[in-house]
Amino acid sequence: MTMVYDDLGDEATGDVPVRRIKFTINGDKKIAEVEPRLLLAHLIRQGLRLTGTHTGCDTTNCGACTVLVDGVAVKSCTMLAVQADGHHIQTVEGLATASELHPLQEGFKEEHGLQCGFCTPGMMMAAKALLDANPDPTEEEVRWALSGNLCRCTGYQNIVKSVLWAADKLRSQAAE
Amino acid sequence: MYPSRFRYEAPHSLDEAIGLLRDGGDYAKVLAGGQSLVPLMKLRFASPELVVDINGLPGLAYHRADADGTLRIGALTRHADLERSGLLRSTQPTMAAAAPLIADPIVRNRGTLVGSLCHADPQGDWASVVLSLGGSVVAQGPRGRRSIPMADFVTGPFQNLLDPDEVAVEAVIPPARGERAGGYLKLERRVGDFATVGVAVSVEISGGTVTRTGIGLTGVGGSTIAATEAAAALTGQPLTPESISQAAGLAAGAARPRTDHRGSAEYKRHMVATFVERILTGISRGDADTAERAA
Repeated sequence: MTMVYDDLGDEATGDVPVRRIKFTINGDKKIAEVEPRLLLAHLIRQGLRLTGTHTGCDTTNCGACTVLVDGVAVKSCTMLAVQADGHHIQTVEGLATASELHPLQEGFKEEHGLQCGFCTPGMMMAAKALLDANPDPTEEEVRWALSGNLCRCTGYQNIVKSVLWAADKLRSQAAE
Repeated sequence: MYPSRFRYEAPHSLDEAIGLLRDGGDYAKVLAGGQSLVPLMKLRFASPELVVDINGLPGLAYHRADADGTLRIGALTRHADLERSGLLRSTQPTMAAAAPLIADPIVRNRGTLVGSLCHADPQGDWASVVLSLGGSVVAQGPRGRRSIPMADFVTGPFQNLLDPDEVAVEAVIPPARGERAGGYLKLERRVGDFATVGVAVSVEISGGTVTRTGIGLTGVGGSTIAATEAAAALTGQPLTPESISQAAGLAAGAARPRTDHRGSAEYKRHMVATFVERILTGISRGDADTAERAA
């Protein structure tokens, strides 16, 4: 994959310290050449063209850019792309299969868990990390797990309902 | 937002990391969790020429107690590890109270306690907690290892005593002489905001008498404040409503808050007294949970 860098006209431009990294994104093995200052969010959005991961505040507050790194929720605007070397990244694009929505996506649809939708990918990935670790969370535990993700539309009520809906569905799928 | 250009190294051993820092001098920064450093670099408040990423170093992600009760926390131990820790819940009430209040759950997955101490933000929670417990930071550099008491470690806002070629490898909390009690209370406008006011109180009680007290104040001065007079007022006697009230007043007097968008100086000072009193009253009543996220 080729990344394009800004020509800042400074001496360093001729000697951009590019590093080669290997990682997986939603299960696909990738090799990328990245400048160390490239953020993981930008590698995902611009390098891999996976624009489901949103950059909201760009200051580690809003959580819209949340992805999973080795299964752990991380704000991808606050991690360097080079740090993904050797790791597994999951984004919102990895949730659905070709024919079926993930229960979290279904839950957000059924319970009207989004309005403008900007925060939704981050909400879903934070919720996925929660449900992977705790398949039967209480409402309080859902609220706590999503407290690093901001939503300006919903007042959070339906987001919490959506995650609980997904938890129910995932549990009943597991029981089958 | 992008950081300025920098050279990136990801060493595989501590010696290699120290060598890189020695060669990088004043323009090198250690990257651990990156939850403070990366935002600072994006805002161009920090523009290191060399970033030494220590996430690949083996053997730094631990927290464990020695046989004598000394607690050691490695440089790659994340806030989330401490939040989930049974060891902390059973032996370190002040730390167990603070861990779930650091930033937000996603930041806690990546940020580290030792990194927070090094960052030396006057609004950082861990510095007050470690200060209240009489803890220290262990630094390793080309000249070997040294232990720096937390009371000396922070030299000002965002400044610490580390030499440019030293890596903070561990935080150390000394064992309690007697039964350990304590709490951390934090007033914040919303989850993930910096503390408007934070108060860490750690006491050791033996035979009903307080044998050691530490009080650390977050966000009410140019650096983390040790309320030493307030702590001294409690030591050598049982906890009583009178001693608690006196300590609360002295702690408020030690605070140096400024009026800003988070509240007036008077309000913050008042909250210091309220939190000190609330934690100590909880301890005297034997309340198990003195962790609280105030609204």
